[in-house]
Amino acid sequence: MFGWTSISSRGGVDMNRLAVELPGLQLKNPIMPASGCFGFGKEYGNLYDLSMLGAIMIKATTLDKRFGNPTPRVAETASGMLNAIGLQNPGLQGVMENELPWLEQYDVPIIANVAGTETADYVEVAKTISTAPNVKALELNISCPNVKCGGITFGTDPQQAHDLTAAVKEVSEVPVYVKLSPNVTDIKEIAKAVEAGGADGITMINTLVGMRLDQKTGRPVIANITGGLSGPAVKPVAIKMVYEVSQVVQIPIIGMGGVSETADVIDFLSAGASAVAVGTANFVDPFICPKIIEELPSILDELGVEHISELVGRSHRL
Amino acid sequence: MIIQDRMRVTGQREIAKNIFEMKLTGKLVGEINSPGQFVHIRVSDSFEPLLRRPISIASIDNKANEMTIIYRAEGRGTQLLSMKKEGDMVDVLGPLGNGFPVGETPPGETAILIGGGIGVPPLYELSKQLTAKGVNCIHVLGYQTADVSFYEEEFTRLGETYIATVDGTKGRAGFVTDVMETIGDGFTTYYSCGPMPMLNAVQTAYIGKKGFLSFEQRMGCGIGACFACVCETTEKTDKEYIKVCSDGPVFPAGVVSI
Ligand SMILES: Cc1cc2nc3c(=O)[nH]c(=O)nc-3n(C[C@H](O)[C@H](O)[C@H](O)COP(=O)(O)OP(=O)(O)OC[C@H]3O[C@@H](n4cnc5c(N)ncnc54)[C@H](O)[C@@H]3O)c2cc1C
Ligand SMILES: Cc1cc2nc3c(=O)[nH]c(=O)nc-3n(C[C@H](O)[C@H](O)[C@H](O)COP(=O)(O)O)c2cc1C
Ligand code: FES
Repeated sequence: MFGWTSISSRGGVDMNRLAVELPGLQLKNPIMPASGCFGFGKEYGNLYDLSMLGAIMIKATTLDKRFGNPTPRVAETASGMLNAIGLQNPGLQGVMENELPWLEQYDVPIIANVAGTETADYVEVAKTISTAPNVKALELNISCPNVKCGGITFGTDPQQAHDLTAAVKEVSEVPVYVKLSPNVTDIKEIAKAVEAGGADGITMINTLVGMRLDQKTGRPVIANITGGLSGPAVKPVAIKMVYEVSQVVQIPIIGMGGVSETADVIDFLSAGASAVAVGTANFVDPFICPKIIEELPSILDELGVEHISELVGRSHRL
Repeated sequence: MIIQDRMRVTGQREIAKNIFEMKLTGKLVGEINSPGQFVHIRVSDSFEPLLRRPISIASIDNKANEMTIIYRAEGRGTQLLSMKKEGDMVDVLGPLGNGFPVGETPPGETAILIGGGIGVPPLYELSKQLTAKGVNCIHVLGYQTADVSFYEEEFTRLGETYIATVDGTKGRAGFVTDVMETIGDGFTTYYSCGPMPMLNAVQTAYIGKKGFLSFEQRMGCGIGACFACVCETTEKTDKEYIKVCSDGPVFPAGVVSI
């Protein structure tokens, strides 16, 4: 408590109240766009200075270029949306040569989302992408519900999740966070398994598998049939899972799922997350991340809290 | 430049059955650079419905800093939009995408503009700009029925205008292609916006001609970041996809696989 106070008075800048340190990551604030909802930053870079973000989680990168699923790829649902993009991305080489160097103009740590079909792909992508100067951490995507093989199969079996984490840890030059899927019976088991495999942190949650049917035809709206549910609708599920997982692991959690306004950030921190990612809300309001960052200090004042980290895990203290 | 603007509603009226013409004012208007660009509108201040709605810019009045959109109130989002009143503020993101290239038709030559249903609106600003520079515009507008048809007078003021309705309640009974047959191919360029089957029919009928088509696709971000709105390209070699929101919505004929 006093430690934080002294940091903020030393810096003299209010913003130090928001600074958070996590493995590999010196975050100016705990707010970052979630993977897949921010591309590789270029589009949002036209709208505001990306250096104000805590970090950026870039779109999943696979070894080879991927074109993703047929369309329609998205469907709106009650207070949410389904997506089945299918990990469309320019591939490891494209990301290394074009996307990451472009992001170097900003003073912001990049968290590279790594996806694959088999262990060897993950390992190869992780090994190379972790050498990029601005990639400060990896986010292992073992939870994408929208690709036929790989992805989520690693995320639903504790042993496979453990082994993949260990294999990637061995080659990565930077700390490894593992992104968990909510589509499991007991997410705590997976969390413990990746921690045992050497994960430096956990990011959660990825999307919940769902479907929407067309009223007239009765057919699925999304071409992939199923999609991943995100947005405000999933927030209670995400909060509950962060609340549970944060009590069974020692490693930090970056929480996400439905964060759309500043109050949601407070909830995720209270549930046990150390930082928070914003996904779908970027589509609703492209300036949502800067808006939340700007609003945080006054919410801390309202709550009578000096430094944002004091909120982490408040829900457990009862 | 793309901006997020809180635009004021300066007019809202039903111009045909469930078809609304809305006028909005704000600094976003000054950023529009070509006809066929669109805006992404947040229809609610809450998170229900969640996503923005993409709507084409139908007309621009730079002096009044005003733009017009024309939309069909159909689902939850567009119905909410139709309830906005003069003086209300609306969160609008735009202008988005690349519009129709006016420069592709030299003054003195003829362009044919083919629209279907809610694909008709962006052709209005296009025709205004083409005729202003001395292009002769022929309009072929297709609607389901007479009661959902709109802007016949406005288009007629700019050039020759033909209407087709599927049920024959106005103009020629049938599709835009039926009218196109009677016009022949004495034109330099064609521009089209409407449902996919119509775009396909137009492109097939005018094979070998210079044309530009505007596409629709389900969207997330609207600015090119989420890969929701892709279309497949015709170059079969590498099965490339392009984004309707930021690479389009207008593409030269033949680029998108329909
Ligand atoms: C570039 C572009 C320009 C457009 N211009 C116009 C216009 O000028 N006038 C007009 O009336 N309509 C236009 N549309 C179609 C318009 O976006 C949809 O009719 C509208 O989004 C439907 O919303 P809703 O609330 O009525 O339906 P809902 O059923 O509630 O919509 C549910 C979801 O599906 C999406 N959706 C539904 N239909 C379409 C569609 N045809 N295309 C894209 N997304 C859709 C919605 O955006 C929303 O995310 C355009 C679409 C695009 C992509
Ligand atoms: C369109 C879209 C694309 C996504 N792509 C990815 C991805 O490539 N990798 C990944 O790990 N998560 C991806 N996600 C999941 C988000 O990062 C996030 O975990 C999830 O959407 C929940 O957060 P939200 O409710 O704030 O969107 C995607 C989500 C959406 C909506
Ligand atoms: S709607 Fe997001 S890329 Fe086009």
